[in-house]
Amino acid sequence: MILSIQNVVKQYGKHTAVDHVSFDVPRGSVFGLSGPNGAGKTSLIRMITTITGPDEGAILLDGEPLNERTPEQIGYMPEERGLYKKMKVGEHLLYLAQLKGLSEKSANQEIKYWFDKFEINDWWEKKVEELSKGMQQKIQFITTVVHKPKLLILDEPFSGLDPINTTLIKDEIRQLNAAGTSIIFSTHRMEQVEEMCDHIVLINQGKNVLYGEVKAIKNAFKENLFRIETADDLPGDFDRHFQVASRPDGAVVVQLNEEASRSNELLRYLLQHNIHVSRFEEILPTFNEIFIRRVEETQN
Amino acid sequence: MSKLKLIIKREYLTRVRKKSFIIGTLLAPVGLLVYFLVIVGLTKYEGGSEVKVAILDEAGIVGAIPDDRGVRYIPAPDKTLDQLKTEVLDGQYDGVLLIPALATLKQKSLTVFYYSDDKLAPEKRQFIEKRISDKVRDFKIDSLRLDRASLENLETDVSIDPESIAKEGADESKYTIGVGLAIGGIMAFIMFFMVMMYGQMVMRSVMEEKTNRIVEVMMSSVRPFQLMLGKIIGAGAVGLTQVLAWIVLGGAVMFLMPFLVDIDPQAMQPPPGAAAAAIDPEMAQGEAFRMFQELGKQNWPLIVGSFLIFFLGGYFIYSSMFAAIGSAMGDDYGEGQALVLPVTIPIILAFYIVAFVGIRNPDSGLMVFASMFPLFSPIVMPFRMAFSPPVWQVVLSLVLVIGSSFFFVWMAGRIYRVGILLYGKKVTLKEIGKWLFYR
Repeated sequence: MILSIQNVVKQYGKHTAVDHVSFDVPRGSVFGLSGPNGAGKTSLIRMITTITGPDEGAILLDGEPLNERTPEQIGYMPEERGLYKKMKVGEHLLYLAQLKGLSEKSANQEIKYWFDKFEINDWWEKKVEELSKGMQQKIQFITTVVHKPKLLILDEPFSGLDPINTTLIKDEIRQLNAAGTSIIFSTHRMEQVEEMCDHIVLINQGKNVLYGEVKAIKNAFKENLFRIETADDLPGDFDRHFQVASRPDGAVVVQLNEEASRSNELLRYLLQHNIHVSRFEEILPTFNEIFIRRVEETQN
Repeated sequence: MSKLKLIIKREYLTRVRKKSFIIGTLLAPVGLLVYFLVIVGLTKYEGGSEVKVAILDEAGIVGAIPDDRGVRYIPAPDKTLDQLKTEVLDGQYDGVLLIPALATLKQKSLTVFYYSDDKLAPEKRQFIEKRISDKVRDFKIDSLRLDRASLENLETDVSIDPESIAKEGADESKYTIGVGLAIGGIMAFIMFFMVMMYGQMVMRSVMEEKTNRIVEVMMSSVRPFQLMLGKIIGAGAVGLTQVLAWIVLGGAVMFLMPFLVDIDPQAMQPPPGAAAAAIDPEMAQGEAFRMFQELGKQNWPLIVGSFLIFFLGGYFIYSSMFAAIGSAMGDDYGEGQALVLPVTIPIILAFYIVAFVGIRNPDSGLMVFASMFPLFSPIVMPFRMAFSPPVWQVVLSLVLVIGSSFFFVWMAGRIYRVGILLYGKKVTLKEIGKWLFYR
């Protein structure tokens, strides 16, 4: 485990922002931290990044309780990006890298590496305010990763990015992850969770309402729906053998009962009746649906 | 390098490199120089062209008057008033001065007539009045057969010279108070100005970091207290740099002054009339010498040393309050005014105490209290320093100001760490008070 959240509580005055939340982030994973706005995501992140401390419970990074060396091992990109507008890009990066514990020399080297990688070597002397928004986002990303953190926390990393930069940052995230960096990916955009994450925790009203491996959760929430696409007409007694859930434009969606072998039964039936199948797939619930379902369930 | 040092370095360098800082630092002494040059130029200004005045001295009171300060006195004893009037119209004279006879030697006032269609400048009019008055006085002395030398002996210049009883030998002159007021006033003003300017600079900088959201990135690298303290120290160092630059540049300007303009002591005098007892040039030089002597007598190491400590103390107290307020404010400076006011009022009050009470009596009860109270003392005590207050009061005041600056920085840190991450909420003073007790 790279990160372990153990029964953490955070209160602001009378408001409980985080209410006995526990979860583990496996080493090397891309971990989705999601929940509606105001669920307590930022409060959690602020505790992990040691900006604030928990009122109860414990947080372990790499097996160690959070301490004064923790910030150097974490890279955090907040949802609301910010840089010193009047500073020169090179100086700005040097400053933040040194605050993350790098020596001036190694900070210079690291920044150079990223400048080469993004092909922005002529930006060093430019003031931040002279850059376009997309360019500033690149700089912001470099500030987050320049000190080679063990754990990267990205809060809505793609908000405000154009498709080109989104792809660029996505690729960088994947590369960093492949190189062993664990990543916490905070978002309420479920399609991004599905695309990027292997593990997830869903927070609502300060509570952990769903937690686990993305595949496992999808399986747990599946309704045994199968979609058949065919040009042929189905035999008349098909409805007596199988429960048809819906017929969206030409296709047939069938709801099977719990046993997994029932899908083979369905296939066998189609073969026996010489139905030409162009497509056969299990419909898994989207995370969006799971998200909304869980949020509604916990709200009641 | 430690994080605090890095923060201080950045806060210092970004400000010192700013054009506005460089211009402000260089321009203030140049402004001072220009000011002096203008003053000297103005006092040297002769007030227009020469005026030719014909004197019609009916009773022979005034006699010949030497030309002086742009007025030429031309006796015209053989001509009539009407003749002279036409000559004025012809342009031979600018005007005719008719001096009537005195009715009696006891006459206390004399009206002299000036015939001309041009207005006589007020300054020239004063010159002429003074000259004629002197001549009439001479005339009266001669007519009464008085002894001129004895009369001059009657005039005595009186001044009070304060002498200390306890500290015998510590010679104070009438210049001590004047010089003290000047030094104290300047120090109080610099203090007021610097605390206001740099305190607000810290506040704006905190607000800026909060509104452009860099603070969230910063907080994930450093402790809020480190960032706040680094900012306060960095900006304070900028303030010190500016003061030192002004002292050096100002000193250079003062040193260069005599070479740039030859200051005519006479020209520096107030205009005649206002100063019937015009100081003669030698006396004026004597005054300047005495003034310098008095400046030399001040305990400069003590004054400068304690000024610096009070500056730091006052600066830390106020800038930390400004930082706390800045952290609680959103991007709307207008809405935040209600929070700023409680911080600026004590500074202004301290300045008023100096301006209205201190100048009249630097050792009054209110002044003694104000020079102890940490919110006032950084401005009030330096003012009193020039009047040699009791040592125990200075020491107590220093201890209080140093202790309080630690307290205020600590308190501001507690407010700052909550306020800086709080968005979209209008904060009241009461709420800020609650933050002090958050865990």
